[in-house]
Amino acid sequence: MSLFINLSLNGITNGMIFAAVALGLVFIWRATHIVNFGQGSMAMFTTYLAVTLLDRHLNYWLAFAAALVAGLIMGAVIETILIRPLRGKPALNPVIVTLGLFILLEGMAGSIFGIGNRSFPPAFSQAGLTFGHTKVAFSHFDVFILAAVVVLMLGTLALFRATSLGLRMRAAAFAPEVARLLGVRVGRILTLGWALAAVAGSLAGLLVAPTVSFSPNFMDLVLVYAFTAAVLGGLDSPVGALVGGLVTGLALSYVGGYLGSSLEPLGALAILMVVLSARPEGLFSRPEPRRV
Amino acid sequence: MPSPDGRTPTRLSGVPWLRWLRLPRQPLLRHLLFGAVAAVGFYLLTSSLSAFNNFRVGEIALYVIALAGLSLLTGTNGQISLGQGAFMAVGAYTLGVLTTHTHWPMAVDVLAAIVLSGALGVVVGIPATRLKGPYLAGMTLILALALPRIADKYTAFFGGDQGLTVNAPTPPGTIDPQRWLTWIQLAGAIIVLILLANLTRSRFGRSFRAVRDDEIAAGLAGIHVARTKVLAFTVAASCAGLAGAFLGLSIGVVNTGEFSLTLSIYLLAGMVLGGAGTLVGPWWGAIVIVFMPGWSNSIANSFSLGSAVAANLSLVIFGLVLIVVMMAVPMGIQGGVSWLVGRALSLVPGIGQPRGSRGPPDIATTPDITTGGG
Amino acid sequence: MNKEPHAKKGPRHVGRRRIGIVTVVLATGLLAAACSSNSSSSTTTTGGGTSSNNGGATAPGVTATSVTIGATTPLTGPAAPGYSEIAAASNAIFKWANANGGVNGRQINYIIKDDGYNPANTVTLTRQLVQQNNIFADVGSLGTPTQLAVESFLNTNKVPQLFVESGCNCWSQSTSPWTFGWQTNYTVEGKILGQYIKQNFAGQKVGYLYQADEFGQDFIKGLDQELSPTDVVSRQNYDAATLAGPMSNQIAALKSAGAQVVALATIPAATALALLPAASIGYKPQWVASNVGADPPTVSALLKSFSQGAAGATLLDGMVSDAYVPPEANTANPWVQAIQKVLTKYDPGAPLDGNTEYGVALGYTFIQALQKAGPNLTRAGIVSAIESNGSKLVSPGLVPFTYSNSVHFGYSGAQIATISGGAASTVGPVYTATINGPITVFTGTPTPPPASLLNLS
Repeated sequence: MSLFINLSLNGITNGMIFAAVALGLVFIWRATHIVNFGQGSMAMFTTYLAVTLLDRHLNYWLAFAAALVAGLIMGAVIETILIRPLRGKPALNPVIVTLGLFILLEGMAGSIFGIGNRSFPPAFSQAGLTFGHTKVAFSHFDVFILAAVVVLMLGTLALFRATSLGLRMRAAAFAPEVARLLGVRVGRILTLGWALAAVAGSLAGLLVAPTVSFSPNFMDLVLVYAFTAAVLGGLDSPVGALVGGLVTGLALSYVGGYLGSSLEPLGALAILMVVLSARPEGLFSRPEPRRV
Repeated sequence: MPSPDGRTPTRLSGVPWLRWLRLPRQPLLRHLLFGAVAAVGFYLLTSSLSAFNNFRVGEIALYVIALAGLSLLTGTNGQISLGQGAFMAVGAYTLGVLTTHTHWPMAVDVLAAIVLSGALGVVVGIPATRLKGPYLAGMTLILALALPRIADKYTAFFGGDQGLTVNAPTPPGTIDPQRWLTWIQLAGAIIVLILLANLTRSRFGRSFRAVRDDEIAAGLAGIHVARTKVLAFTVAASCAGLAGAFLGLSIGVVNTGEFSLTLSIYLLAGMVLGGAGTLVGPWWGAIVIVFMPGWSNSIANSFSLGSAVAANLSLVIFGLVLIVVMMAVPMGIQGGVSWLVGRALSLVPGIGQPRGSRGPPDIATTPDITTGGG
Repeated sequence: MNKEPHAKKGPRHVGRRRIGIVTVVLATGLLAAACSSNSSSSTTTTGGGTSSNNGGATAPGVTATSVTIGATTPLTGPAAPGYSEIAAASNAIFKWANANGGVNGRQINYIIKDDGYNPANTVTLTRQLVQQNNIFADVGSLGTPTQLAVESFLNTNKVPQLFVESGCNCWSQSTSPWTFGWQTNYTVEGKILGQYIKQNFAGQKVGYLYQADEFGQDFIKGLDQELSPTDVVSRQNYDAATLAGPMSNQIAALKSAGAQVVALATIPAATALALLPAASIGYKPQWVASNVGADPPTVSALLKSFSQGAAGATLLDGMVSDAYVPPEANTANPWVQAIQKVLTKYDPGAPLDGNTEYGVALGYTFIQALQKAGPNLTRAGIVSAIESNGSKLVSPGLVPFTYSNSVHFGYSGAQIATISGGAASTVGPVYTATINGPITVFTGTPTPPPASLLNLS
């Protein structure tokens, strides 16, 4: 029983991180209809910036904030320089550009920061909390992960539902032509979509880094599972990203815990195939009307 | 070269020195002719190359096979797959398991590799029929990660990380073993390209493109959309299976380390970089996949940095090349080359303007999958 | 993805075919150019190292004044962290040798290629090293699957595959006379640590956590020889290819099985990812770790941030491991001092840790072998020099080498090491063992480094 509880807690924590990265993918998908394979390495890069600042003894939270801001800028710059010129070009091209970005950023991190394993300090203690007489696999830091991702999700929800900016973002995503006619500066809105996505990614990077051996590849598998989560939940649904992330996290944890770690990705594949067979566009996406 | 089908003269006949360019109109004959010319060309090439360069030509041939299948699936049929590496793994492991546990002729093992990976293509292709681009990409990406893990789990059967040893075929007579393997791989590439060229020129090819362009219209026109998509998936998977078997023969060992996520990513990138939906593009893509790491490494090493820094810098160069080519030449290398060649030929008096475009070809003039490509 | 209507057929069709031919010709031409440009660039790397009749050339890659060797190792990708330091450290000791007039008058030219731990790359790069860069020997290439993939090629071409960086018990096959291991093999390590568990933690429940590959399996093969099957209560493993975060699941399973001693066959990152979740749930078994994953500087760098830096290296305290070269924290040891000097001078910026020490020690072994092979250097000559000098090769090792005509393993055993205060120190006797033979106590004394190395400034 305690095994089950620990596996569940572990799955929830990982799932929240997948959800944060998946949310970034959703932002970018909604803005530009591109799957950003560079999402993980962008987060990796900003996390390296944070650790570089920490090495210079900057205050933890300032470094944390700096990484988020760096993500914001990075997302906007990448959209402007690399993605915008590809509008109207074959749809595969931006995908390959993001794959190029993935390779480029990992090479850059490796040559600038070095490829040695190192560690990234967590914001709070990673010692498990004690309930009654047993310590469980859930620490102050895990609470922080949960809280941070929940705040991120609520912020997203508030942005889309309650602000005029969010309304413009939705308009630009779903009816760009109409939005443009109504005076929405669609270009800027799309850039903003990328920037916000990169912030979500950076946050995920900062949350993952303390729990792994921190090297230029540390976000690779996270991105693969986050992509699974985003697809599972539906690429245009922030709620889908959250649910997809949790389902993926829990599935990996149970499969790994009961059947063996080798089979984790097979478990993710099985769930994805089952869900997509029933709902080809994920759990939470609105089915598009068939147009002839 | 006289035209065997005695077709009517075209504008070209006005230029006597270009008359040799006339080709048979029958697609099969034309493709066979291409194949024969390529075979002779490669025979001359491989005879003059060193053992190591023959090895690399063999590598190029096997990547051409994998990329051509992917080009058909993604370029012609519009399904994005990041799982081509997984199907290569199936082909390689089929060959590995059969050579380890049976004494069948090599040709049978290779055939089994094609059939088995094709069969998995059907299994994955069926749920894939309802999936749109990124959803299919997501499913195939996790497939590429998950499938090799089966071999990690069942080490007794699949040899674990030591893998399964595969011996290269013994050449007849005094032929150099490396050259013989390269010939087999090149022959495989030529045969696959001829088959794919004919397939895409056929009714099926038209269905592939129709489904890619508009599934609903294709359905209304009487095309069985799901069947068409599964067929494309199966063909692509079979190609990957053959490529995987050839990779096993090149390396001599089949193990999971060869089928990392990076392989599948490089295959998709190489295919698009070469030119999606063409059959010449895979050659460019394969050349990039095989030679680019070495080239970028020698550039990086010219800065006299530490070996680890240089190795990472070569990744930077590779990533930059991907990005720059995709932005500068949207149709990929083959698109750029055929535009250049078209421009050059249009300057030859008597041929005139083969095409009216003023810039590099854009999506509107996307080449279909043809041997010519341009 | 292409949504546009398709180009019209017609006269353009002819143009297309024509373009097709031209591009095929172009492609073939480029292919030929690619191949030839590649070979021409390699001639420059080898310098005068071709096997033509220039004076002193006795073997491929050898001239009167130089010997060219090569290695493949991960410098990028998930396997690179840590391991990327090794080849550069080996090169540091080669630079030292070169600065001192080379070995038998020959400068060592070391070509390091990045295979990203992908055997497919290893095969291509090794062929390039042998067939284009014309190396004399493959020295210090890393990894079990990667080196197994080229073992047959190197042996067929009679190229020495010296000092493979792997403890797989597969490097001593009679079918591979040109292949030599270097480090103590994993099974012998497992046996020595297994004996320690049996002697010191008798009757306690033991759990395993191992990497699901050759390394892990060979290691637990050794443990299983020493431990009673009834004492082993849980066998957990992980797949290095999917190791993304803390191994909470495996740790939870070991804890619920009640394992009091946990034997680790893990790489350093995995050691950290096992210790973190264990500390998190307050699980404190006696850790017994393979030398591979127990290097204190490497692992404590990974653990440093635990509990905001408070715990750090203390998580490692009490861990038992083994060593075949003196632990780098033993600064009184003359070899450690010498290695530190070599790194400071020839690989500046590199830390003294398990990886760099390994690299220098392995490079020094090659220098020894080169010296013993004498001035008329041949590939067969260096192989027989290693076989006949076997245990007489000087190295930083705590145990002698086992090289002989029939055995191509490297170090023959290990000493138990305990970790406290973020530093390993050796305790008790030095053991030697073979894969199936008994464990014996080694009574010889290690040879100190030469004065030229000690007096390096």
